[in-house]
Amino acid sequence: MQDSQTIIEKIWNNHLVQSTDGGSDLLYIDLHLVHEVTSPQAFESMTLSGRKVRRPELTIATVDHNVPTVGRDQPWEDPLSVQQVETLRQNCKEFGIPLFDVDDSRQGIVHVIGPEQGLTQPGLTIVCGDSHTSTHGALGALAFGIGTSEVEHVLATQTLPQTRQKTMAVEVNGELLPGVGAKDVILNIINMIGVGGGVGYIIEYQGEVIRDLSMAGRMTVCNMTIEAGARAGLIAPDDVTFSFLEGRPYVPKGSDWEKSLDDWRALTTDPGAHFDQTFSLKGEDIEPCVTWGTNPAQSVPVSGSIPDPMDATTTAERDQIQRSLTYMDLLPGTAIEDIALDRIFIGSCTNSRIEDLRDAAQVVQGKTVSKNIRAMVVPGSGLVKNQAEEEGLDRIFTDAGFEWRDAGCSMCLGMNPDILFPGERCASTSNRNFEGRQGPGGRTHLVSPPMAAAAALAGHFVDIRTLS
Amino acid sequence: MRKFENVIGNCLPLNRADVDTDQIIPAKYLKRIERTGFGEFLFDTWKKDADFILNDSRYASASVLLAGSNFGCGSSREHAPWALEDYGFRVLIAPSFADIFLNNCAKIGLLTVVLSQEDIDYLVARSEELPQSEVVVNLDDQTVATADGSFIRHFDVDPTTKKNFLEGLDSIGLTLELEGSISEFEQKRSELYPKTID
Ligand code: SF4
Repeated sequence: MQDSQTIIEKIWNNHLVQSTDGGSDLLYIDLHLVHEVTSPQAFESMTLSGRKVRRPELTIATVDHNVPTVGRDQPWEDPLSVQQVETLRQNCKEFGIPLFDVDDSRQGIVHVIGPEQGLTQPGLTIVCGDSHTSTHGALGALAFGIGTSEVEHVLATQTLPQTRQKTMAVEVNGELLPGVGAKDVILNIINMIGVGGGVGYIIEYQGEVIRDLSMAGRMTVCNMTIEAGARAGLIAPDDVTFSFLEGRPYVPKGSDWEKSLDDWRALTTDPGAHFDQTFSLKGEDIEPCVTWGTNPAQSVPVSGSIPDPMDATTTAERDQIQRSLTYMDLLPGTAIEDIALDRIFIGSCTNSRIEDLRDAAQVVQGKTVSKNIRAMVVPGSGLVKNQAEEEGLDRIFTDAGFEWRDAGCSMCLGMNPDILFPGERCASTSNRNFEGRQGPGGRTHLVSPPMAAAAALAGHFVDIRTLS
Repeated sequence: MRKFENVIGNCLPLNRADVDTDQIIPAKYLKRIERTGFGEFLFDTWKKDADFILNDSRYASASVLLAGSNFGCGSSREHAPWALEDYGFRVLIAPSFADIFLNNCAKIGLLTVVLSQEDIDYLVARSEELPQSEVVVNLDDQTVATADGSFIRHFDVDPTTKKNFLEGLDSIGLTLELEGSISEFEQKRSELYPKTID
C-alpha cells in the first residue's frame, strides 16, 4: 500500500513517464506556455533538427515581455522587439500553436492569462520559459519555470527530465490584520527563508491565512516562490479554487465538470505525510512590508527603518547589506516612511489582476498623485483592462494622475520603453528589486498594491494602517 | 551538445553571494533571437565599474568561475549560461546554484561544481594572490584539483548529466527514443485535461 503522500508527490507521480537511473524522472507536461523572449532559439533549433511540436494542443503562446503598453497601433519604437514578436508569430504559424496576439483581448502576462482562461487547473504539470511560472501553483498545479533548451525539449517531446525535488511545507496560521495582504505574506516568508532557502525544494503553502486568501492573493504568494529559491510552490485546491474556475473558457463543462471536481478534491496532502522541511509563521505577526535592498528578502515592516550593516553577524552579510544600501542610496536608520519616491508601478504577474487594481483604486479614489511622482497602472491582461474599465477603475486612476496602460510585463523588467531612469526610486508591485531590474541605475522597492497607491498620493511610503 | 573535455585553466574569483541572472545578462540583451554572441554582454552593468574583476586583464583567460552561494538566482533566462559560456567559462564552482540556472547549464554543457564555502574561499584567496594559478577539473573522476596537486576535492554530479557531458549526448534525442513509453502514458492520460485547440 501507498504511504501518506503530499500533494506534490501525488502530482509528480501522476506524471511519471519513466524513472531513469541517476534519480532523474521523465515527467509528462500538461500545459506549455510560450512567450516571445525565451522561445525563438528553441524554435530555431527545432527547425534545424527537423523536429515537430509533439502536442500543439497542449501549448499556448502570447506576447507580454517586450510589447509596448501604449500606442500599440503605431509603429513600435524598438525594431528588436518588433522582430522578436514577429518571430513568435511566424513560429506559431509554422508549428501550429495558438497565439493570443496584441490585438486579442485575451493577450496579457502569461501567468495572468493561464488562470484567467481556465487553462491552469488543479493537478496539472505546467511549464513556461519564465521563472514566475510558480504562479500557477495557486490553483493546485505543479508549475515551474524552465530555460530555452528545456522549452525545446517540451516542444519536441511534451516531457521533461527532472530531478525529484525535496518538499517543504510553509504554514501561515491565524489571520491577517487590516491593511496586510498576500504580498506582505510572501515578502515575510522570503525574509524568513532567505533568497536561497528554497533551493532544491517544492513548497506547499498551508494554514488558515492561505485558505482565507482570494485566488488572486494565492497567485501573488505562489508567484514569488522563486524569490525564495524554490522553483514551484502550490496550494491544494478547495472551494475558492473551484468557484474561481467554474465557467472559464477552457474548464470542463456539465458532467465533465463534476468528474473533474471529484479528481481535484483528492488533491490534498494526506494526514501524516512527510515534508523534508517545515516553516511556519503567524498571520498576526505580519505587517505591511517594504523592501529596502537589492534582493526580495531584504525587507522590513513599513513602520521600521533601514538596517545598519554594522549589526550584521558575518562580514559577508555586512558587505552584502552595504552593497545594497550603496546601490539604493539609503542610509542606515532612515525611517521607511521618510523615503521619497519618483515613480510608482502597479502591475506585473505578481499584482496586476482585477482584485489588485480594485485594492489600489480604493486607496486612490478621489485623491491625486503627489506632484513629484510619475505613476503608472499596467493591467495584467486585456480582459483585466476591460473589466477594470467596466468598473470605472481606469477613471479613478487617471483622474488621480496615474497613467493607464495596455497589458504586458512593462516596467517589471524594463524590456519595453517603460523603464526607470538612472537614480530614480520606484515603489513597485512587481517581484524583483535586483540592481537595474526596472532600468539601468533604477532603484526598486517592492510593496503591495495598496501600499504603492498610498505612496503615489503621499510622495513617500506611508503605513496604510494609519489611513482613514 | 559538445563533449566535455577536462579543463585545465585559471579561475576568476567573483566573490559575491546571490548573483542574479539580471546581473549576469541584463534584460535589454534578451531581445536577440540568436543563441550565440552573448559573451560580450556578460555582467554588462558591473563591467562599467573599472575595478570590477572582469576588467582585470590577469583573469582574461579564466575558464573557471569561482562564485558565491545561490549563484544564478532569479529569472530563468538561459541567456545567462549562454553568456558565461560564450565568454569562455567551462566550469562554474559555487557553494550552491539556483535550481533553474543549474538545469540550464546542464543542458548546454556548462559544468556546475558544488564545493564547500571553505574550499571556495581557499581557491579564491589562491587566485587573488596568483591569478595565473590553474585548477584541473576532471569530470570522469569528479575532482577539482590545483595544478600542483596540493588541493584535491571530489564533487557530486548526477549520473545522467555526467554521461551526457562526457559523451556529448543530445537530451532531446535520448527522450525521443522513449517514444513507446510516452505514447503509452498518453493513452491513459485523463480526457478531462484542457486542450488549447479543439
Ligand atoms: S511580469 Fe515581470 S516577472 Fe512576470 S512574467 Fe513579466 S517580466 Fe516576468
